Amino acid sequence: MVQVTIWGSLAAATDDQTEVEIQASTLRELLDGLAARYPALKPQLERGVSVAIDGRIYNDSWFTPIHEDSEVVLLARLKGG
Amino acid sequence: MALDSKTGTAPRDFKIIGTRPARPDGIDKVTGRARFGADMSAPGMLVGRVLRSPHAHARIKSIDSSAAEALSGVHAVVTRADFSAPGEDVADILDNCMAGEKALYDGHAVAAVAAASAAVARQALKLIKVEYEPLPHVTDVDAAMATGAPALHEGRANETVPEGHSPNVMARHAFGHGDIDAGLAQADRVLERSYRTEATHQGYIEPHACLASMGPDGQADLWCCTQGHYMVRNTCAAILGITQGQLRVTASEIGGGFGGKTTVFLEPVALMLAKKTGRPVKMVMSRAEVLRATGPTSSSSVDIRLGMTSEGRITAAFAELRYQGGAYPGAPVDMGAMSAFAPYDLEHVRTIGWDVVTNRPKAAAYRAPGAPMAAFAVESAIDELARDLGLDPLEVRLKNAAREGTRASYGPTYPAIGLEATLRTARDHPHWSAPLGPNQGRGVACGFWFNFGGDTCVSLNITPDGTVNLSEGNPDIGGSRASMSMMAAEELGVPYDKVRTVIADTGALGQNEVTDGSRVTFAVGLATIEAARAAKREMCKRAAQVWGIDEEAVIWEDGAARPSGPNAGEHPPMTLAEIAAIASNTGGPIAGHHEVNAEGAGVSFATHMVDTEVDPETGAVKVLRYTVFQDAGKAVHPSYVEGQFQGGAVQGIGWALNEEYIYDDDGILQNAGFLDYRIPVASDLPMIDAVILEIPNPGHPYGVRGVGETSIVPPLAAIANAVSASIGARMNDLPMSPPKVLAAIQAR
Repeated sequence: MVQVTIWGSLAAATDDQTEVEIQASTLRELLDGLAARYPALKPQLERGVSVAIDGRIYNDSWFTPIHEDSEVVLLARLKGG
Repeated sequence: MALDSKTGTAPRDFKIIGTRPARPDGIDKVTGRARFGADMSAPGMLVGRVLRSPHAHARIKSIDSSAAEALSGVHAVVTRADFSAPGEDVADILDNCMAGEKALYDGHAVAAVAAASAAVARQALKLIKVEYEPLPHVTDVDAAMATGAPALHEGRANETVPEGHSPNVMARHAFGHGDIDAGLAQADRVLERSYRTEATHQGYIEPHACLASMGPDGQADLWCCTQGHYMVRNTCAAILGITQGQLRVTASEIGGGFGGKTTVFLEPVALMLAKKTGRPVKMVMSRAEVLRATGPTSSSSVDIRLGMTSEGRITAAFAELRYQGGAYPGAPVDMGAMSAFAPYDLEHVRTIGWDVVTNRPKAAAYRAPGAPMAAFAVESAIDELARDLGLDPLEVRLKNAAREGTRASYGPTYPAIGLEATLRTARDHPHWSAPLGPNQGRGVACGFWFNFGGDTCVSLNITPDGTVNLSEGNPDIGGSRASMSMMAAEELGVPYDKVRTVIADTGALGQNEVTDGSRVTFAVGLATIEAARAAKREMCKRAAQVWGIDEEAVIWEDGAARPSGPNAGEHPPMTLAEIAAIASNTGGPIAGHHEVNAEGAGVSFATHMVDTEVDPETGAVKVLRYTVFQDAGKAVHPSYVEGQFQGGAVQGIGWALNEEYIYDDDGILQNAGFLDYRIPVASDLPMIDAVILEIPNPGHPYGVRGVGETSIVPPLAAIANAVSASIGARMNDLPMSPPKVLAAIQAR
């Protein structure tokens, strides 16, 4: 299981839970798991999210490995200029 | 993706990285040989021009283009009716390029013509009859959020907006941790302040320009000035209803972008005109069009609450940020809310951001989008509180600085970061202790930016004579051709001048993300290094064939394949040129390529220090001295890195002191030209000193971090802090133009 921090206003879609546990070993499994358990997250997941894994930001790489002891934070999608 | 961990960022003696070779585009740019967007032409080319709304907000009741179409020399008129209903992901983009039911801001495109000449095109625009029903408008963010404000859209707010808000509120974003009230209760002093910044334009020197051509079979070509020609291809294909493979986009040389060229404005219209006429169509914006209809950044209104102990420890930090993003959702307030307190180690921190629409042009990205306005408010508040408590504002920042292991205000825990190093270097720099004269003040501020990676594809080809051609897919807006050539040369062990890097068109390489997010030196550099390594492996294999030994017994060192190991035997090294010369005999052309979604870019921090002098009679501000301290991870070409530091500081000086969009009571932009919208020129500025720090990014083989955006984050606050110190009164509204400064002096 991976412990995921649901940051900021995204927690409104997880019944105000800011820490949730998801069975996942990759980014794709994590996002699929979140969408299945928290349907209210789907609009944001469809708009795009970023995931910080051990302090580094990932957007789209489905098969980025996530270890059980990784720090995982779900964020709104980050974009630059 | 698996980032390089074999070489990691272990200390390494670079031969080319860190040197300052001549820029490859220099001669072309100073001699006029470089071809920018407006320099393209094609046989039979027509001239395209856009008719723009004179109203800030109006329903378009009808458009009659019959008289224009009847004019001799006019080949086509395009309105929104020519475009099919687009997909949801490009609907707002198309509506911004060509208005549908409503014109949403002064300058919004409502029709376009293609004609034999510019004169005929201008005449034709006058013959297009548009019947408007003017509607109430709103251009101020706080006014747009008020109950009863004129509504641009109905039902566009997303699920994050609570009931009862103005329909102009599109989204709400919240971040943070801890308990603000508990933190404030621990403070010896609490500061509550409001801050405002005006919209500013990216101010690129080259206006938008493109040349479009489309055959009857739907095969199309587009040449344009952009930060991302793959983005242009994908967006235009979606709007035009053609496949991405049918549209080849070539990026011209670019005269600045700064985020403003990360979307499309003219391109879909030019393609539609080319489709209707069967002729190439060229479109070039005037400066007034650039200012009226292309992306400025957001204006902002920010409230801060900050608690601090008498020793300077921040006990609680709260910010509510309201950004207007023009006529469509997407103001970068989420990024502002995430970055506002990112430089600090805070137990109790919370930010709330509101994304608001107004009757202004759609905000486009502008260098660290959303962060400078947030940093202006936060860094001003920290400065005021520190000075009120009699504390050194730089030491207060050091006391609260985020470091490795700090949980960022936006969520993650930081790995190794460089903020503390920038602050310590700033404190020890002669600038910090230099004497000041009358009416002079010194300001300091910190800034943060995330940095990004993304889809990247490069191809490296060894020519038969032993030179190297590198093709990348990102327009060069900050020196990437030089940096890529240097990284390829370093990896291959050949001189810099043996590598030529070109920006390939969309038909030549796989998908590449836009040149944004300070991603290119990091992501394209990473791909370039991997492509060079692939080519080296192939060259070692060819040498092994020639020597009749195993591939594993050959290594690449100092630009040559060499036998290595006990059973490799004695063979003289084979240079890259020698291997290239016999490539045809050993298996054919030699190339390396690499495709990656380069995620995991490292964040970046900076500290800026500035001295200002204020004329007490006029309120005019002069910037006397400016020093930038920023972490670059590893500076590939230090001159370009310094240029990025200096450029960000200069744009920040303009934002802080002069630049603003001025609308009249009818919502019409009053200063759509560089005479009235004043960006800094060289004579306004001191030399911007740049101090490069190198705290390696473990996610890049050479330790590179993006540097292009962080440098615009601290200047607004650093200058405000300096001006406030100069006059003995706080300046909380930007720009600090002479009338505002004079008023502050007189109100002391």
